[in-house]
Amino acid sequence: MLTLQCPYCGVWAEETELHAEGEAHLKRFGPGSEDEAFEGYLFMRENPKGVHFERWRHSNGCGKFFHAARSTTTLEVFGTYSAQTLEPPQEIKDKISAKYPGWSWREFA
Amino acid sequence: MSNVVSALNGVSQSGIALVEETGLRGMITVRGDLASKPMAKALKDVLGASVPEQRQIASGEKGAVAWMSPDELLVICDHGAAEDIIASLNAALAGEHVLVVNVSDARAVFKVSGECAREVIAKLAPVDLAPGAFEPGMMRRTRFAQVAAAFWMNDDGSFEIICFRSVARYVFDLLCVASVDGSEVGFFN
Repeated sequence: MLTLQCPYCGVWAEETELHAEGEAHLKRFGPGSEDEAFEGYLFMRENPKGVHFERWRHSNGCGKFFHAARSTTTLEVFGTYSAQTLEPPQEIKDKISAKYPGWSWREFA
Repeated sequence: MSNVVSALNGVSQSGIALVEETGLRGMITVRGDLASKPMAKALKDVLGASVPEQRQIASGEKGAVAWMSPDELLVICDHGAAEDIIASLNAALAGEHVLVVNVSDARAVFKVSGECAREVIAKLAPVDLAPGAFEPGMMRRTRFAQVAAAFWMNDDGSFEIICFRSVARYVFDLLCVASVDGSEVGFFN
């Protein structure tokens, strides 16, 4: 079972205390944007084998959203971080690079 | 005036631990900047309590203050005193960006006491309840089986659990099943 540390309340919460909220770092394209960009925002999701960035919510706890970086193949968690950011912190990127040199995910590498 | 009643009217059951509904309890949600000086001063002046550390519960003369999230506290007090405390907190925090709301009647409170209290809680919540990992003065928001709940531990080793009033019967039944006679696991002893 997946256990993530909520960066807001510090609890090591197991999966049943959390709710998966889809992909992290989505850039919103709203009314007035190009059709292609809007479609991408609504429907196009990463489905990687390996490094992935997700949004989670500590729903049965402090109720805050946060981000998690993990591997979909090994279930290894590289870390969790605040949702008030547009990209993963360098420290987490470094951790992933140590394990998966040359990784990339959307615009991050 | 209408007669205020608690969710389950004080039911109790005794098994490997004593499970009781504690009856009416005042509860006030306070949201705002917990690190701010006016917040610390308001809690000190009104309740005689300090701002609790992360996942802790701090007690004062007029009530306890529990840490709910990085911007939320729960004041636990006498049911009849809640409105006065809200007025005092609002006055003390005038001009600050805060929210002080009476949520007393939205919730039910249970108490689990006895030697096996730890075990009863551990059967229901995904929380490390080993002595040392969970101690008096700690507050934990989590789930009990399928519903959200929060609990803290008192100095005498008993636990108090809060949940939404609408699921009070469910939580009481859960606690009763988890504390049925002969269901000791002995994991913490």
